[in-house]
Amino acid sequence: MLEKLLKEYSKRGKFNDYLGEIDVEKKDIEKIIPQNLLRKDFEFIEVSEIEVIRHFIRLSNLNYHLDKGIYPLGSCTMKHNPKVNEEVSSYEGFIFLHPLQKEEDIQGALKLMYELIYFLKEISGMDYVSLQPPAGASGELTSMLVIKKYFMDKKEDRKIVLIPDSAHGTNPASVTMAGFICQTIKSNSEGMVDLDDLKKNLSEQVACLMITNPNTLGIFEKNIKIIIEELHRYGALVYLDGANLNAYCGIHRPGDVGVDIMHFNLHKTFSTPHGGGGPGAGPVGAKSFLVPYLPNPKIEKEGERYYFKYDKESIGKTASFYGNFNVFIKAYTYLRMNGIKGLKKMSQIAVLNANYLRKRLEEIGFSCEYKTSTLHEFVLTLKDFKRKDIRALDIAKRLLDYDCHAPTIYFPLIVPEAFMIEPTETEPKEELDRFISVMKKIKEEIEENPNLVKEAPHNTPVKRLDEGKAGRELVVKWD
Amino acid sequence: MSLVLENLYYTKTHEWIRVEEDIGIVGITDFAQKELQDIVYFGIDESIIKKELKAGEKFGYVEAVKTAADLYLPVSGEVLEINKELISNPAIANQDPYGKGWILKIKIKDKEELKSLLNSEDYKKHIGE
Repeated sequence: MLEKLLKEYSKRGKFNDYLGEIDVEKKDIEKIIPQNLLRKDFEFIEVSEIEVIRHFIRLSNLNYHLDKGIYPLGSCTMKHNPKVNEEVSSYEGFIFLHPLQKEEDIQGALKLMYELIYFLKEISGMDYVSLQPPAGASGELTSMLVIKKYFMDKKEDRKIVLIPDSAHGTNPASVTMAGFICQTIKSNSEGMVDLDDLKKNLSEQVACLMITNPNTLGIFEKNIKIIIEELHRYGALVYLDGANLNAYCGIHRPGDVGVDIMHFNLHKTFSTPHGGGGPGAGPVGAKSFLVPYLPNPKIEKEGERYYFKYDKESIGKTASFYGNFNVFIKAYTYLRMNGIKGLKKMSQIAVLNANYLRKRLEEIGFSCEYKTSTLHEFVLTLKDFKRKDIRALDIAKRLLDYDCHAPTIYFPLIVPEAFMIEPTETEPKEELDRFISVMKKIKEEIEENPNLVKEAPHNTPVKRLDEGKAGRELVVKWD
Repeated sequence: MSLVLENLYYTKTHEWIRVEEDIGIVGITDFAQKELQDIVYFGIDESIIKKELKAGEKFGYVEAVKTAADLYLPVSGEVLEINKELISNPAIANQDPYGKGWILKIKIKDKEELKSLLNSEDYKKHIGE
């Protein structure tokens, strides 16, 4: 057992130093609570303060997180979330808000959302942004529903959504949930959308293209304008998956090249905790002709007054109330701290860090499947190590032994033994160098003692888990 | 090295077919199961039974821990049976891909189509072994 449950430390009558003597009248609980609502089997835990502290400190030590070291999980943009975000989002004026309060009582909160929308519009070149979708995939689904409603109103029956094989992994699921049919578009030898395959699959049946740019290989689609023109020629729309926005803030605006609708991941690009660390936010930005279809309500301003606006064309709500407001505060703080110049630098350093890492790893013998230059992330192929019976999974596990979080593995599917690395701009050069030296060490181990890698991890709280069994015998409820 | 059996026909998408008179037994190759690693699920809809599918048509998918792949029929034919044991215990495709791990049986429509498939030598070349 790694760490017992708090309950297991509990003992009746244990000394505790944090509860004083009871100074209110004792009441018989059976007399004040109805019988049918009383739990007979419930036992209060009795532990001392030091036991509680040690329990949670031990648990936190068992965990690996960004506050401990590098977390180069490709396409997830696990950047450092400035602690000031937490401070601002804990202001009393924010935490005591209630979503059912009247407009006139929450003008400050509405102002924050209105300004956040303004920043996102400026960054993306979109005409309006709905903050409501509470996660990235929710933003994708919202966008698909908006497109569906748009074509319904136009009385056009379009069922197909095109998705490049280098796109973000959640896209096909969002498309299917929205009732469309996916059609995969192949990549060419440069790792970009194959224009011939795109043209072959275009028709009046196509509702939209879902494109991730830069794609999950980290490659910027240099033909993005041509691609969008092709779609528009057939009356189809272009949705951009904004998961990789960290690569081009203040440098490129999707709206300027003709993207019709896109989503943002506030929790990736704009530094709010995610990956188990907190709820996300996946706002959707759209061009004016799609704006009425965005979720209700929208936040508008008249004179000095902020208000909720409801459009009857809207697809309705995609989250309770207005989305994850606490996340908006953190993203807003980050945007105000950086300004547009800071954001541009953020993207530049993110690209620089990734390219430094790629170059150095290539120098020591690792290689990318596609040789095209990349932006904020890149995908190694570890297929060469199969001659030693070593797979990407083994190398990922061995990294854990050296206090590095493993990159995303086996995605995108077009790269054999894929290893997707995104260091982000917040990783110092020293930490990048440490990661490089660890990779070098593992490479040597594979040659000299492959079993060491094959059987990794050795130093983690738990050893290799039986992921196959977990997948085959999935237990999703507590009995 | 992956196991490639001599008496089977293969597809470039890593399915095999064993021909017994006019019946074809279809599965995925040893190379495929090694690439996929731990297989957790076969997504094959029962509604395809008694249906006639074309060569190269998708008849389902296989899901592993880290990836998923579509399954394509090597030659045209009517689907006779799906391997129920495989559906309830997908790991047998890892353990015995050419035996207990078979996926479905079909009634081959046109044996001429077999000629367009790979033989064991071609398939070995295809997977670089």
